[in-house]
Amino acid sequence: MIIAEKKPIGEIIQEVKGYKRLLILGCNECVTVCEAGGRKEVGTLASALRIYFMKEGVEKQIDERTLERQCDHEYLEEIRDIADQYDAILSLACGVGVQFTAEKYHTTPLIPGVNTCFLGANEQRGVWTERCQACGSCILARTGGICPISRCAKRVMNGPCGGSSKGKCEINKELDCAWQLIIDRLRDLGRLDDYEIVAPIKEWSTERSGGPRKVVRADVQVSA
Amino acid sequence: MADKFEPQIIGFCCKYCAYAAADLAGSMRLSYPSCIKIVQVPCTGRIDVIHILKAIEEGADGVMVAGCLEGECHFLTGNLKAKKRVKYVRKILEDIGIEPERVVMFNLSSAMGPRFAEIATEMADTIKKIGPSRVRS
Repeated sequence: MIIAEKKPIGEIIQEVKGYKRLLILGCNECVTVCEAGGRKEVGTLASALRIYFMKEGVEKQIDERTLERQCDHEYLEEIRDIADQYDAILSLACGVGVQFTAEKYHTTPLIPGVNTCFLGANEQRGVWTERCQACGSCILARTGGICPISRCAKRVMNGPCGGSSKGKCEINKELDCAWQLIIDRLRDLGRLDDYEIVAPIKEWSTERSGGPRKVVRADVQVSA
Repeated sequence: MADKFEPQIIGFCCKYCAYAAADLAGSMRLSYPSCIKIVQVPCTGRIDVIHILKAIEEGADGVMVAGCLEGECHFLTGNLKAKKRVKYVRKILEDIGIEPERVVMFNLSSAMGPRFAEIATEMADTIKKIGPSRVRS
């Protein structure tokens, strides 16, 4: 899922202080799971902002709403009838949701309330770690299910670099060396011979370096 | 004017310790400030960040969360969770320019009636010192 973290409240206050009527818009998907922008965080942020502006003696209307998703037309349509009642929308969705909401409500200023960080997993409650960089051409089949693109600082393709020491990465002693993990897993799978195969040059054009990407599946499209 | 300030303090009290301790304080005829409005909770682990913020937002001058002694929570770790949440709320308050001292966590057992009266007085004194909340809707 997409991992995000809350922006510092001071930054949010600076962004919203000019707007009188504000809608804080949460998202029920990834940002709810990573506890950055779900219904609960919407409530907490709304309360904190109300406290702040009341203390400052500034009258503001701060309303709360959480949509099932902000990256889908049909859910975003749910605020069609109320969107124009606000001077701005503070979206707690990931960057995708913020942009999609902005596209849909062209004349309403959109402010992001979270920093979108990476594609990751729930390591444990309150801890999320990166697992995928959406490179567009997955090589996990030959790396023992461990991704050297997202988990190796250098994104090297043929074994660890010289900075790997006792299974840890040189950039951070807490960080596992992805290639150490790959080798360990290939050994446990009895596939260590695969490690000797030199990886072909990776197709990077499917990654961001090929420009913004698009996936089209004609067979599921509704419009002719 | 300052002498007349009668703070409004919300006390979230765990049923298994602080609430019983408050009861005991009453039975022992100990007096404690009447400005503490007690809300019984099944465990301080039930208290969420939003409950404390809402109390402040609605105009409370202070919030005290009173749970079991550490290691003695009826539900094992509820009070430790509450401790982290109180810390988090204090950070939010600090960030928005409200005195974090308005929100305090206490730990006591059900047998500590006099201690309850003590912390209630302590809390009321702290809030009187800080002054009334500037949050008024």
